[in-house]
Amino acid sequence: MGLLSKKDSKLILDPLTDNNPITIQVLGICSALAITAQLKASIVMALSVMAVLAVGNVVISLMRNIIPSKIRIITQLVVVAALVIIVDQILKAFSYELSKTLSVFVGLIITNCIIMGRFEAFALANGPWKSFLDGIGNAAGYGLILVIVGFFRELLGSGTLLGFKVLGDPIEKTGLYALGYENNGFMLLSPMALIVLGIIIWIQRSRNKALIED
Amino acid sequence: MEHIELFFKSIFIDNMVFATFLGMCSYLAVSKKVATAVGLGAAVIFVMLITVPLNWLLDHYLLQPGALAWLGEGYADYDLSFLSFIMFIATIATMVQLVEIVVEKFSPSLYNSLGIFLPLIAVNCAILGGSLFMQSREIPTLGLATVYGVSSGIGWFLAILAIAAIREKIRYSNVPPALRGLGITFIITGLMAIGFMSFGGMLTGGDEAKKETTKTVKVEEPSTDTDKAKKELANNTENN
Repeated sequence: MGLLSKKDSKLILDPLTDNNPITIQVLGICSALAITAQLKASIVMALSVMAVLAVGNVVISLMRNIIPSKIRIITQLVVVAALVIIVDQILKAFSYELSKTLSVFVGLIITNCIIMGRFEAFALANGPWKSFLDGIGNAAGYGLILVIVGFFRELLGSGTLLGFKVLGDPIEKTGLYALGYENNGFMLLSPMALIVLGIIIWIQRSRNKALIED
Repeated sequence: MEHIELFFKSIFIDNMVFATFLGMCSYLAVSKKVATAVGLGAAVIFVMLITVPLNWLLDHYLLQPGALAWLGEGYADYDLSFLSFIMFIATIATMVQLVEIVVEKFSPSLYNSLGIFLPLIAVNCAILGGSLFMQSREIPTLGLATVYGVSSGIGWFLAILAIAAIREKIRYSNVPPALRGLGITFIITGLMAIGFMSFGGMLTGGDEAKKETTKTVKVEEPSTDTDKAKKELANNTENN
């Protein structure tokens, strides 16, 4: 990475693994679970969060010296709400179907704890460029988990990926279905998202013993 | 009757935590002890009781398309609904500040034990989610909106109470080391959510659950239809 110093690239890469916002910091779980029944929705959600978090981090970081600390939560909420309204309007304009699927969960980006958490923990104490990288990194770590959960739920639940039938056709019995494979409709229901996430945490912590809680 | 139905429906069937996963952050962070969980749960019920009806009023008299008609003819075709996120969150943040002040005054011990989490109610998805669902489900009257707010709060309270009690007990069990803490909590919540799904047919005959599944499977519907048609065509040609 010629463009970024070692410290800067650490800001981006750390949240992807050992400091992941979802599995380690336990932030932003709500939306991670509710919209991951399809891979496409997960990707769009991850991109929306990335846009809001990166821009919001820069804005808050630029204002960090003039925000009185007593009303900082409300200031932060107003900044996020304004950004989320922009994202919501863009989604409604260019991809109406998808914005119907995501329904209230676009609005709930406002209360996504990742965003407030990063504002409080990072943007209020660091410059704009670093905050931007931190925003991108954390949103990417969040997106990574969303995509993994979405991948497994869509693949096992409806046998498709992004709408393509990768496992063959369930009606004409081609591909895997010829061998008697059946879709597990249970994966489409929301409780399975929690269990998939629990398994991801299990795998991650088994590989890195330092993360184990007692 | 309507009110009672909505009351039980929002507690058990559309439970904030188990059906829509709202407020998971504080649900996971504050559920280590039953006493703190009860405190936070009570605060959530109280804030929901106030904010949902308040936001209903805002929605009906300010934000909806045509809501400004009471100002006069010229305002009848205004649509301010794009402002609803910012209005709702502003109401919620103000109310949370108020609750914080009241709790600090009347119950310092509760204030101390909740500590950092009281301001976090403002960013609890369950609260904003309650208002947004109230808007998107088009709840018709102020009374119903109040009932919806309270019962969603109670549902959240039940969920956090249950998980806190389970987590207090699970400390004595032999959980695989890598699953301890967060991992096992997720899996327990998943199992509890599956349990709560059995309430699905209680009042509505499974209406709500049916809607959910058709929504998620919708993507592949058109293709299966054409496939069916193809298959029929193939059969017909074979017969001929």
